[in-house]
Amino acid sequence: MAVITYREALNQALREEMLRDDRVFLMGEEVAVYQGAYKVSKGLLQEFGEMRVVDTPITELGFAGVGVGAAMVGLRPIIEFMTWNFALLALDQVVNAAAKMLYMTGGQFPMPMVFRGPNGAALQLSAQHSQAWESWLAHIPGLKVVTPGTPYDAKGLLKAAIRDDNPVCFLEGEMLYNTKGEVPDEEYVIPLGKAEVKREGDHVSLITHGKMVLVALQAAELLAKEGIRAEVVDLRTIRPMDVDAITASVRKTNRCVVVEEGWEMCGVGAQVVDFVQRHCFDHLDAPVLRVHQADAPMPYAKNLEKAAKPDVPKTIAAVKQVLYIDA
Amino acid sequence: MSTTKPSRRRGAASSDTASTETTQSSTSAEQSPAERKKLHTELLYSMLMQRRFEERTAEMYAIGRIGGFCHLYIGQEAVSTGFISLLREDDYVITTYRDHGQALARGMTPRAIMAELFGRIDGCVRGKGGSMHLFDKSLGFLGGHGIVGGHIPIAAGVGFAIKYRGGDQVIVCFMGEAAVNNGAFHEALNMAALWKLPCLFVIENNRYGMGTAVERASAINDIYKRGASYDMPRDVVDGQDVFAVRAAAETAIARARTESMPTLLEIRTYRFMGHSMSDAVSGTYRTKEELEKYLKRDPVVLLRSTMEEAGDLSADEWNAMDEEIKAIVQDSIDFAENSPEPPLEALLEDVLVDTTSD
Ligand SMILES: Cc1ncc(C[n+]2csc(CCOP(=O)(O)OP(=O)(O)O)c2C)c(N)n1
Ligand SMILES: [Mg+2]
Repeated sequence: MAVITYREALNQALREEMLRDDRVFLMGEEVAVYQGAYKVSKGLLQEFGEMRVVDTPITELGFAGVGVGAAMVGLRPIIEFMTWNFALLALDQVVNAAAKMLYMTGGQFPMPMVFRGPNGAALQLSAQHSQAWESWLAHIPGLKVVTPGTPYDAKGLLKAAIRDDNPVCFLEGEMLYNTKGEVPDEEYVIPLGKAEVKREGDHVSLITHGKMVLVALQAAELLAKEGIRAEVVDLRTIRPMDVDAITASVRKTNRCVVVEEGWEMCGVGAQVVDFVQRHCFDHLDAPVLRVHQADAPMPYAKNLEKAAKPDVPKTIAAVKQVLYIDA
Repeated sequence: MSTTKPSRRRGAASSDTASTETTQSSTSAEQSPAERKKLHTELLYSMLMQRRFEERTAEMYAIGRIGGFCHLYIGQEAVSTGFISLLREDDYVITTYRDHGQALARGMTPRAIMAELFGRIDGCVRGKGGSMHLFDKSLGFLGGHGIVGGHIPIAAGVGFAIKYRGGDQVIVCFMGEAAVNNGAFHEALNMAALWKLPCLFVIENNRYGMGTAVERASAINDIYKRGASYDMPRDVVDGQDVFAVRAAAETAIARARTESMPTLLEIRTYRFMGHSMSDAVSGTYRTKEELEKYLKRDPVVLLRSTMEEAGDLSADEWNAMDEEIKAIVQDSIDFAENSPEPPLEALLEDVLVDTTSD
């Protein structure tokens, strides 16, 4: 198996799916001549030409709508947002058009399209360039929301997203592009809506997704040294959420900590906690705790940013709390 | 009516740049009298159908058969008929929530529309959309959109897809004049001009966005001039005269089909009813006198008179057409009354395409 970066894994997925289906095209800011703001689309313009790898003006609402229109008449657009922060300008098209189109048209117009781009905080980009959007998007019926945490998942899930006949919001991790992992040489597709147990354990469940998968795995590794066996469940897809995987893990461990990048209020973790209280009420030995970003816009100063972000020490502290171990 | 007098001569009012140079249309010239009569009869039929359908729609709304927001098109019928009568079957139409007229002109059946308005299973979108969201894939009728400006980038996307496939279809995108103040309009027109997409952007300037007159909302009152920002061919047309509309439409359609170039058309018209069914006909924002002035230029009456003067429409022919249409509309009401409500299972259907079998 080759070891490649998350970025290369995404690039392979795009290339393979564009070769497989000529209705698939990539559109967004700097995707073509510049080769992608984060170089995810490297080489695609040269291989597929400017009709299929399309540079746009800085017009998020406009080109998201172009994607919707193209999908209405049978193409399979991949709309790249330079980052999801800028997709806020396009949310009318994502929410009011793409998500509702099939329903509103009595089933006549599916939206086989992907909205993708980096999500969440990088380093010291401060308030407007550092936020995680999955809870906003996951609120909307008619969308699928995918958050790969590893190169293997990034490739397999992006291929599934492109093949899906529904609008898929695909949230990449800005800080993950350079991370490396094993990716098989042969073709594979990972079904949407399926979580994966990334590390087994029986003392506590760490339910997480996206960039926080790495944080949870590091925390589990350190906890193991203290004899605490944490199970790491990577949701991979936020909507639809794999309730069975959450339930199975928490019924086994009887304790649960949810780790997410975004804010607490109405966050992804709130939904996980709801599923846990409904399906695992009699199995719980402690209240479920959540690790998340501080309830403030992202600050710039290094120390404040660090204090704002969920991280390994905060995760370990939460685990010890649900195990009633004094830190 | 406006500061720039709309013209039937193409290009006349849009001489602010050379890019708008257009040729004299021959829509109704060079026809035999029989051909002329046939065409004009079809146009009248299309417009009268919209009128009679919506008169009954208003009645059905008043007695509670129809709910929600319901925006009538009465007064603007020459615009829908003018454009859509020139389209091919494989072309596309997209519009706003004020969509009954265009849907009828495109060939959606009165039954499918009335059943939709009633919220019944035989409606064109199975009772999921109502008045604002009429769609029919088989007719290339792409809605029925409720967010002002939201459908304009979608139209550009359809234009993009046509070009992507190397086709020669066109898309006609209808919008109200208030939509031009919305960012989506500018984003879409810029891309359509930049990428040379086969789109017609048709602004139905009925003078008001709800209660706000165009002069109170737009820094430029001659809205077609906004095309200059995108170096887009543009024109302004009298929207009460179906022949003027057709002449402009013909030029723009040809430009889109053969040159893959977009056009911006401002069609000056007027809505004879309130903004929606919950709004008074004149109200606080326009006077009865103004309304009465515009009522004198009723597009249906104008076409009828033209035909009568040319000897193309006798009193009997008019009555026969009117009776036929009224009967069809009555049939659509009976049909809608008898169509079942959607089954409760439909509530959760079509949220997503089922991909579990993949
Ligand atoms: C983005 C957005 N803002 C506000 C509204 C509420 N609204 C519906 S129609 C309308 C007026 C639109 O006027 P115009 O574009 O001229 O079209 P007309 O109704 O005259 O056909 C408004 C403000 C809306 N639907 N969408
Ligand atoms: Mg208006």
